[in-house]
Amino acid sequence: MDTKTTVLNILQDLTGEDLSSALDTDLFATALLDSMDTVQLLLELQDQLGISVPVSEFDRNEWNTPNKIIAKASAAQ
Amino acid sequence: MINLQPYADPQYFIYLLVALIPLMVGLWHGHRLKVYEVLVSLSFIVLMFTGEKWHQGVALIGYLIWQVVVIFAYAHYRKAHNQTSWFVIAVLASIFPLVIVKLTPVFSVTPSLLGFLGISYLTFKAVQIIMELRDGTIKALRVWPVIRFMCFMPTISSGPIDRFRRFEQDVEGAPERDQYLDMLNRAVKYLFLGFLYKYVLGYLFGTVWLPQLAHFALRIGGFSWSLVGYMYDYSMYLFFDFAGYSLFAVAISLIMGIDTPMNFNKPFAAPNIKEFWNRWHMSLSFWFRDFVFMRTTFFIMKHKLIKNRIRVSQVAYLINFLVMGFWHGVTWYYIVYGLFHAAAIIINDIWLRFKKKHRQSMPHNRFTQALAIFITFNVVCFSFLIFSGFLDTLFFK
Repeated sequence: MDTKTTVLNILQDLTGEDLSSALDTDLFATALLDSMDTVQLLLELQDQLGISVPVSEFDRNEWNTPNKIIAKASAAQ
Repeated sequence: MINLQPYADPQYFIYLLVALIPLMVGLWHGHRLKVYEVLVSLSFIVLMFTGEKWHQGVALIGYLIWQVVVIFAYAHYRKAHNQTSWFVIAVLASIFPLVIVKLTPVFSVTPSLLGFLGISYLTFKAVQIIMELRDGTIKALRVWPVIRFMCFMPTISSGPIDRFRRFEQDVEGAPERDQYLDMLNRAVKYLFLGFLYKYVLGYLFGTVWLPQLAHFALRIGGFSWSLVGYMYDYSMYLFFDFAGYSLFAVAISLIMGIDTPMNFNKPFAAPNIKEFWNRWHMSLSFWFRDFVFMRTTFFIMKHKLIKNRIRVSQVAYLINFLVMGFWHGVTWYYIVYGLFHAAAIIINDIWLRFKKKHRQSMPHNRFTQALAIFITFNVVCFSFLIFSGFLDTLFFK
């Protein structure tokens, strides 16, 4: 499974929505994600993709859409 | 010897704005006059601690030396090692002076000699650097930028709390001309809004009406309409006074070419408590979110201390708001204020989950929105009544 699919699956688990056709949705402005989900997202990225993102690396403005998260995850791999 | 408290009276603004003119001319031409900036900042910080307040100035210098030693000892250690125990020790050492200052009033009538105006806010900045060293998001560190960040003059006494890496980006360069023009536009707007908030509305609510309401509430005793009036009036005073101050701090930062984050975003229009904390004293609540709440949940979930995800968030909320309560001061009403908000946000989260589950059958219209704002506003105002300490005077003094 590629990074994009993995990230989208994780996001679907957290938000309960399929975001594959809404890749530029602002996840925080629409209240689809909160800080608790964020932490889970970081832990899942660590478990499933083996990339470790420290909490202080997480800037909401840089991680607020599925596209941005996929880009961050790909860059970290 | 003159003493100038930040944003306390109109003269302060005149002195400060005149002193900032050369810096503005420099920024207008794309240069940051770094030496001049230091001289102005230092002069105004010295003027905060002249006269009777000289011992606070000494405390500030001692405090800075302590933080620099702690931060650089940890930075040095972190180059080759990364044990959790040393990280914890570094954080404890960094908050140690603040803990002493906050605990002293519990045991003694004279305030601690270590205290000075702004110690809480400087501690947030120091702890933040240690946390980021731990995470590896800050690697190389020099003494001067750390001091410059901690002692940034417009925000030294009461925030907003900036972030080290964000601040460095601004302070190392100079904005483009049109960017700076936009910053100056915002600065002028914020200054005038600040005057309205702090000197007109804050004055009316805080200085004119609050003492009268307090007087009546105390004369009647117990629960009364005056007490209800006090609650709303105090909430308005708290907002306009602090939002006004924050606008000044952001405006002066902008004039100096630094985009200090905003502290308030229409908090009383929040439709729930969770949203309220995204709008009220934002630089503080985001600091707590990023460095207390998220780290706590991350730690609990990574080590699988609690399995249930909802339980994890509830425990983290409790810790988060309890720490915030203690930070305000070690009195029963600050701690109850923290617990009250923890309970409110936990209940709010249960409601939000319920709402999400029953999305289809849940009415959502202008009336429900207004009701949500009304309920949130009243819950918040009640929490500020606890926070004000007036209940302590009313019932226990």
